Amino acid sequence: MQNARGRVRFLLGSQPTEVELADPNLTLLDYLRTHARLTGTKEGCAEGDCGACTVLIGEVHDQGLRYLPTNACIVLLGMVDNKQVLTVEHLGREKIHPVQQAMADQHGSQCGFCTPGFVMSLAGLQWAASCKNESTPVDRAQIDEYLAGNLCRCTGYGPIVSAAREACSAPLPESWQAHTAVAETTLRAWQNQGQPLCCTSDRGFFAAPRSRADLHTIMSDHPGATLLAGATDIGLWITKWGQRLSAVIYLGQIPELQRLVQNDEKLEIGAGVSLQDASTTLSEISPDLNRLLRRFGSRQVRNQGTVGGNIANGSPIGDLPPVLIALGARLRIASTGGVREIPLDTFFVDYGQQDLAPGEFVESVVIPLDRDLRFRCWKIAKRFDQDISAVLGAFAAKLEGGIVREVRICFGGMAATPKRARQCEAALTGQPLDHETLARARQALATDFDPITDMRASAHYRQRAAGNLLEKYFLAMTTTDLPDLYDEKTWPGLSNQSFANG
Amino acid sequence: MGERPEFRGVAGEALRHDSALKHTTGEALYVDDIFEPAGTLYLAPGTADVTCGCILRMDLAAVREAPGVVSVLTAADVPGNNDVSPTGCGDDPLLAKSELHFHRQPVFAVIARSYQEARSAARLGKIDVAPSDPILTIDQALKAGTFVSEQRQMGRGDWQTALEDAPHHAKGTAWSGGQDHFYLEGQVSLAVPAEDGGVHIYCSTQHPSEVQHATATVLGLTDRSVTVEVRRMGGGFGGKETQAAQWAALAALAAVKTGQAVKCRLDRDDDMLMTGKRHEFKGDWHVGFDDEGRIMAADIHLASRCGFSRDLSDPVNDRAMLHADNAYFYPAVRIRSDRCRTHTVSNTAFRGFGGPQGMLVAEQMIQAIAHQVGKDPLDVRKINFYGRGTRDLTPYHMQVEDFILDDLVEELEVTSRYRQRRQEIGEYNLSSPIVRRGLALTPVKFGISFTNTIFNQAGALLHVYKDGSIQLNHGGTEMGQGLFIKVAQVVAQELQVDIDQIQITATHTGKVPNTSATAASSGSDLNGMAAMNAARTIRRRLTAFASNHYGVPETEIAFYSGRIQIGARKVSFSDLVMEAYLNRVQLSATGFYRTPKIHWDPITATGRPFYYFAYGAAVTEVAIDLLTGENRVIAVDILHDVGRSLNPAVDKGQIEGGFIQGMGWLTTEELWWDTSGRLKTHAPSTYKIPTCSDRPEHFRIRIFEAGKNPEATIYRSKAVGEPPLMLALSVHQAIVDAISSVNAYRDLPHLPAPATPEAILNAVDALRERKAA
Repeated sequence: MQNARGRVRFLLGSQPTEVELADPNLTLLDYLRTHARLTGTKEGCAEGDCGACTVLIGEVHDQGLRYLPTNACIVLLGMVDNKQVLTVEHLGREKIHPVQQAMADQHGSQCGFCTPGFVMSLAGLQWAASCKNESTPVDRAQIDEYLAGNLCRCTGYGPIVSAAREACSAPLPESWQAHTAVAETTLRAWQNQGQPLCCTSDRGFFAAPRSRADLHTIMSDHPGATLLAGATDIGLWITKWGQRLSAVIYLGQIPELQRLVQNDEKLEIGAGVSLQDASTTLSEISPDLNRLLRRFGSRQVRNQGTVGGNIANGSPIGDLPPVLIALGARLRIASTGGVREIPLDTFFVDYGQQDLAPGEFVESVVIPLDRDLRFRCWKIAKRFDQDISAVLGAFAAKLEGGIVREVRICFGGMAATPKRARQCEAALTGQPLDHETLARARQALATDFDPITDMRASAHYRQRAAGNLLEKYFLAMTTTDLPDLYDEKTWPGLSNQSFANG
Repeated sequence: MGERPEFRGVAGEALRHDSALKHTTGEALYVDDIFEPAGTLYLAPGTADVTCGCILRMDLAAVREAPGVVSVLTAADVPGNNDVSPTGCGDDPLLAKSELHFHRQPVFAVIARSYQEARSAARLGKIDVAPSDPILTIDQALKAGTFVSEQRQMGRGDWQTALEDAPHHAKGTAWSGGQDHFYLEGQVSLAVPAEDGGVHIYCSTQHPSEVQHATATVLGLTDRSVTVEVRRMGGGFGGKETQAAQWAALAALAAVKTGQAVKCRLDRDDDMLMTGKRHEFKGDWHVGFDDEGRIMAADIHLASRCGFSRDLSDPVNDRAMLHADNAYFYPAVRIRSDRCRTHTVSNTAFRGFGGPQGMLVAEQMIQAIAHQVGKDPLDVRKINFYGRGTRDLTPYHMQVEDFILDDLVEELEVTSRYRQRRQEIGEYNLSSPIVRRGLALTPVKFGISFTNTIFNQAGALLHVYKDGSIQLNHGGTEMGQGLFIKVAQVVAQELQVDIDQIQITATHTGKVPNTSATAASSGSDLNGMAAMNAARTIRRRLTAFASNHYGVPETEIAFYSGRIQIGARKVSFSDLVMEAYLNRVQLSATGFYRTPKIHWDPITATGRPFYYFAYGAAVTEVAIDLLTGENRVIAVDILHDVGRSLNPAVDKGQIEGGFIQGMGWLTTEELWWDTSGRLKTHAPSTYKIPTCSDRPEHFRIRIFEAGKNPEATIYRSKAVGEPPLMLALSVHQAIVDAISSVNAYRDLPHLPAPATPEAILNAVDALRERKAA
């Protein structure tokens, strides 16, 4: 790449900082703790699952800066180029931040090890809440969403929820506003310089091309390089499996991959769009998708992870592919030779094997919008938030005069790839929605899959639960109000009953 | 925030944690945050990918040649005893020498210039093992007859005849899984070489004296050469009681060997694979009862998975036996306990220490009885409660003198609207095909004191400086439970000084020696009393001095908030201290405490192991999905007894945190081994502790207002660390209740813990099959 910069450049707090990247594998957390000696940010798991390392990443977006809670343990330092990094130390440097005060006053910390991470997630929530010109206080659902990726083993969360409520009713600190204005000017100036990043050392390189053309060039120069999107999986190759990557191409700075285009017929999501950014639009397709995305990873993981990454990675337990397959999505795959488009379900060939040739990359996913489609999906895991599916079932069909047409059923967690239930689909097509059809479809479904037993569930459970989800889909098609465990409406007034107060 | 009151901090105030602001600003230092001495090296353990067998050969050449590696340690490098067993019985090797006992048992240790280099090199060891067939489960161990120690028995009365004579019987098996502590800060030690061959260790441990002794044993030194310092832990929960010693001793051995500081910090996977957890238990029970559901006799057989070594399994299993009655009087009873040796990591202390597993048996018996006699389980609980002055003898022949659960439960039953909700739920379930609700009220009676009587002692060290400021030190450790602020409040109370005048200091084996673990909920009971005694010594000296100096009788000298009344004269604390110093009065004092009244014989299983009992009860409502087995806790009401609280804010934090931790144990937290004995749930991606949304919005905690410790504990308070965890048994019972609605409450399901979606769906399906049959 021409005119490339050789050092990672970012704002650490309000301090412009340049770092010679001696190792492309250096994580933001290791940089903060061992190089910058900012030890307030903790390592709890080094896999993005506990949130103790949560920091805020500030980035230029639309009108201004936005601040996204992110797991520093699985962010590679090169990914924060042209961005701002805020840690717990920066938050209270001049005057203690309302979240820090409220967490202390409400007894939101016990051992204190997870606390900086909670503080940063809540500072993100407080910032987001103050951006909305609404006077409505943050509610429990918002708090749960922002905290889904932060584990606390001591408090039982109650005092933290209280602290969140208290802090989010306070205005943004004045110093914060002053600092962000300065930060925005710096980041915009950097961004406008347009130079891509390419850090080379004897341990390899980290490159962040800023256009598709640059990407093609660098990919053909380094055919074996690792394409890095959100690092929510690749980060773990480094921190957990001890891999040392010597050639990393980061996709997060390429505008062409960040596009989200919608019209009446279809929705096209660029591969680099974060799961969080995609969730608002995807959620409009179905309330079930809203629920699924709400519990997809955590806020931190969704801020980092991308739609393209969740697909291209080829995991049998990624939550988006079964859903997108049921919706009839197609995948656009680019190379120097142009773009080819394939049905998403054909992309997953076998475990760890995708229909992706060297030099190709996933560019976008195209989802047809069909209002007649009766779509439902359910995820089953041991825990509601931030858990990997034991089984995920996605169902889509049309009903014409009570007869099932155009049915697509896809499961995650049931095979080595996300996989359609073809026998089951066949048993349903052209049939009425009755008990006999359900019984036949259920039998067919049992022949579609031969799931494994592992720590998430036994083969028996997976098979049984998949059949039961089919039953649930039938019920949902024929009943108006199927009660849902996780829907607050299922328990009207329970929380407000007049118990003797505690 | 109001204005800061002039004087603050006496016992009973809801002060926040002493480090609260340091936590929220990131200033609080944990071991891994301490500035490292120049040249600090890093240690990582190396293992073999085999569950068990004989080590034939170790090829560590690649490890030694890896980048950054300074040295590699094996068992042959241990100058003293290759053992870190807390019992001293020699079955917990620092590094495995000839035999492997569980998958991921450390065999060697790499010392390298960076943490990454140490970890990378540790993967390169080639260890040839002649594998043997592992014994993994309780049932396999019972069949093979492998145990870590002898079977124990306790009992009272002619249980056999009483059981035969009982008109009704129920039998069952209570299964409960293990639990990982999942403290957010993993095991970590930083060892710095000291003079005369000694070592100073900064360690995240609940038991500095044991780390000191284990390290000295490994190094072939005596305790005086090793100093252990603990400012704070990022969580403990029992997991840093015995489990810290191995990593501290490894770091110390490496430090002594290289002459440089060495840090050993386990990453999350190593931590979960290599350190012990809560014991999995199987409890077979047989109970006989009358028409009313009153228990006449019980025969209980407990068996637990102890792992490969003894560790704390004996006292853990003892405590399980001691709590197999929970709050209920058994007129005749036999309780047996088998401690199974398995080829898995050696299980250890975990909040509740066997108590929860024992109580689960009692609660399951009650539910079965209630089901058989057709009563609400709450009514069966009540008629089986211990009495006052009658029906008050435990299976271990200790009289329950302080029973209050009858009053406490009565109150909770009303404030939680238990009866109305029972009815509402019954009606709801009749008309809801997929989602079902369940309700349960369960009580907790938890014995307070280390069952090993020796450990019920504590020391404190109090320095008053001549400017009136105070340094407080004691043998207890701070793991987040608020011990330090509570003990500081005791000193503030005794000396009537502001809490901010007292500097809390790190636990340090050089200041207070021979400490007991901060465990068994005993932290504030023991250390609070020791600190009180130290403060009283200071106060006595100051009073005697003032009397003499100002010519006022001692009876006319009194300490009030921030000042001392000496006859008609008022003197500030700091002025009096300076005056005392100028007159050569000793301003430093030690304090000591030993718990009175207790004694225990583990062999005959008789005595008074507990100074008193802590009580509480919880009502939990849950909902389950009959198609998927998913479950959700939707409402919790707790009433808990903490005596006269030393700090209600801290106590409420323990109650809520304990409950949620117990809820995790019983619902989402599943440890899963594959058939060859490899633990596959060793990180938060696969092991699921509760998150924020698992805590229901309806969660009410009240401290039992009438609570007061009849024993002379520190200001009549009660221990609160462990007991609330067992309030979560109500979650499990409520899920059982919800499942039994499948057959219109005609059958009781068998539901092991944790009640995962799979366990629940299996129970639902089993009931449906029974219905169909």
